[in-house]
Amino acid sequence: MEKTVALAGNPNSGKTTLFNELTGARQHVGNYPGVTVEKKEGVCLENGARLKVVDLPGTYSLTAYSLEEVVARDFLVREKPATVINIVDASNLERNLYLTVQFMELGVPLCIALNMMDVAENRGIDIDVEKLSHLMGMPVLPIVARNGRGKRELVAAASGLIRTPEKSPPLVISYGADIDLALAEMEGKITGAGFLAGAYPARWVALKYLEKDKQIRELGHASDAAFAAELEEVAERLAHHLETTLQTDPEAMIVDHRYGYIRSLMQQGVVSYRGDQSRLHVSDKIDKVVTNRFLGPLIMAGVVFGLYHFTFTYSEVPVGWVEDFFGWLGALAEAHLPDGLFKSMMISGVIDGVGGVLGFVPLILFMFFGIALLEDSGYLARVAFMLDRVFRVFGLHGSSVMPFIISGGIAGGCAVPGVMAARTLKSPKERLATLLTVPFMNCGAKLPVFALLVAAFFGDHRASVMFLITVISWIGALLAARLLRSTLIRGAATPFVMELPPYRLPTFRGLLIHTWERTWQYIKKAGTVILGISILLWAMMTFPGLPEERLAGFERQRQEILASAPASSVAELATEAEELSAETQALRDRLLEVDAAAAEAALRNSLAGRIGTSLEGVSRLAGFDWRTNIALLGGFAAKEVVVSTLGTAYSMSEVDPEETAALSARLAANPAWDPLVAWSLILFTIFYAPCFVTVVCIARESGSWKWGAFSMIFNTALAFALSVTVYQLGSLSGYWGG
Amino acid sequence: MAIINMRKMAVDQAGTIVDIKVGGELGRRIRDMGLVPGTRVKVQGRAPLNDPVALRLMGFTLTLRNNEADHIDVEVEG
Repeated sequence: MEKTVALAGNPNSGKTTLFNELTGARQHVGNYPGVTVEKKEGVCLENGARLKVVDLPGTYSLTAYSLEEVVARDFLVREKPATVINIVDASNLERNLYLTVQFMELGVPLCIALNMMDVAENRGIDIDVEKLSHLMGMPVLPIVARNGRGKRELVAAASGLIRTPEKSPPLVISYGADIDLALAEMEGKITGAGFLAGAYPARWVALKYLEKDKQIRELGHASDAAFAAELEEVAERLAHHLETTLQTDPEAMIVDHRYGYIRSLMQQGVVSYRGDQSRLHVSDKIDKVVTNRFLGPLIMAGVVFGLYHFTFTYSEVPVGWVEDFFGWLGALAEAHLPDGLFKSMMISGVIDGVGGVLGFVPLILFMFFGIALLEDSGYLARVAFMLDRVFRVFGLHGSSVMPFIISGGIAGGCAVPGVMAARTLKSPKERLATLLTVPFMNCGAKLPVFALLVAAFFGDHRASVMFLITVISWIGALLAARLLRSTLIRGAATPFVMELPPYRLPTFRGLLIHTWERTWQYIKKAGTVILGISILLWAMMTFPGLPEERLAGFERQRQEILASAPASSVAELATEAEELSAETQALRDRLLEVDAAAAEAALRNSLAGRIGTSLEGVSRLAGFDWRTNIALLGGFAAKEVVVSTLGTAYSMSEVDPEETAALSARLAANPAWDPLVAWSLILFTIFYAPCFVTVVCIARESGSWKWGAFSMIFNTALAFALSVTVYQLGSLSGYWGG
Repeated sequence: MAIINMRKMAVDQAGTIVDIKVGGELGRRIRDMGLVPGTRVKVQGRAPLNDPVALRLMGFTLTLRNNEADHIDVEVEG
């Protein structure tokens, strides 16, 4: 049978690099059941061994406070891997061993991969590997994960450990007289009662009771409430005793003693230092510049702008390829499929839908590559460090800046990769607040809507109005985040106890794997849902079709036009020539007008049209008529659809979102429109429900459809409230003569 | 040698932690990262807006917000 090896260790210890080195391309990414924590699995073929390797989330400890830590320890206890490779950063031994000691207390079969031996050597840190192995009572293998040095020996040691029948007993550390006494009492009781037996060592359960571990206490309560209460009583008694005699609590003392235990090991000559240890490392020198009070923000602005530029400019070419391909496919269907519903569904539903899904792929690919580069090099942690003070005010995290920028914090981004970029946030509340507020940014698809309205009503102040729109969306998003964090996602800020990892040159292979697996997940998971919704939206804008007699009415108009026209023009039109005489051109324009009127009637008659019309009573409060309503409904498919749908609703033939001058002129001349209505619509467009691709991604990233639905309802309600306020106040004051 | 609050430490000032006066999740996070009594720390730098603070301990760099550093007392050197 294939044996499982778990890879565990601190974040930034090179765990993922080792995982890539061990498994190569033979890996896949999924999720741990029921949670959004990534689970990476792969197969290692080395020395004739075939091992299943599971990459556990990187953690510093094994508490119940974070999802990653619970997931890691649950995996060790429930799946019982044949062995655990604990990757330990040699240049940072003391803190890394803190996790190792906790694995030993849990009694899992363990070996240590001592990584970054080269870095430690450079820093003048010499580690006596044999002594460490002897003291820890387990194999210790020096490796350099970046270049694969020591990999063979590591796999051989892990395989050897799997073949060893007897497992070493859990480590017993002394936590001082008071705690040891309580532990002994509890351990005796637990063993006697067989409490949570089979899963956890008795002393470990006792320790967790003293640490007030929420998960273990709940498990205990569910398994035997009376006995659990007994244990809790012992724990409370000890806590009270420590509080009165030493003004401390058991949890703090336990940590102190664990570190004390590690220090006592270190003092036995495991580590020796050469040269001046207080001299600055390269990384510290870089930080002196990069996080400098004046240069830091400037460099950061440059990097953020660079990432933005990289994501959206360089991806234009492949985005163009995808668009061209689907355009070609659409033309092919247009030419070869018989007219009718099936053709319409294939083109507007399936091809546009799949094209829509895949059109985001280059963006996501580029974004993840850029983010992975910043993350793996260590720079992203510095960004969080520098901006935390600002974002904390709004209940967010310093790392929230990347998702905001990518979503359109610099106008023209996209919320889909933006939502996905929120993965770099490790604090759950701040992450959720970020996910829910990034769609307020001005993505590239909203820009044609703004451009249309600005050209029609604020032509003289184009640039300043566009800038104002960007400012409004930032203020709105940050205030909404503040609102969410003090209501629905309330709770103290997640502690900002964060490591600033040393700067490292990322491995190209690591970057590619990282980028590809996340992009593939988007295609696989979001793709199918997006296609389904795309077809659904097409159906809403198509059904029910116009009744026969109205279709016949439009046909009659066409025939009448043709009949009244000179025969020569009709004949010329039939040739489908490029150059037409003035007379024929006029004929064609009249026919197109009928087509446009038919399209408008069909749209109004469709389900979406009926919804739009029936909402007119309410939407009037914000100054929107049924045409705007339908356009906004269409915007749920993709924001730029607002423009083309508005075009159809004003019975204009095909409006290209890039070329809106004619529609602009029509709106400007329309008495139902004025600058106040335009502002109302601009505000609504900034804040209302994100496009459904974003909604799907929010649901995926937050792990719940509930939050996807929330973003649609909350955003639309907020947008409507703002639009109504502005429109009503504006009308009252009569400023724009509304 | 004086015992002062970590927030009051100047950049490049070093000292040894003597007490951490917070429990619960925050206390645990702080201690798990090696900030326990007896650990030597040096203030490596501060963010442009003076908060958070970057600390050097046991060969790595850790960041803390000022209101988190408030819970830590340090016996400073020199």
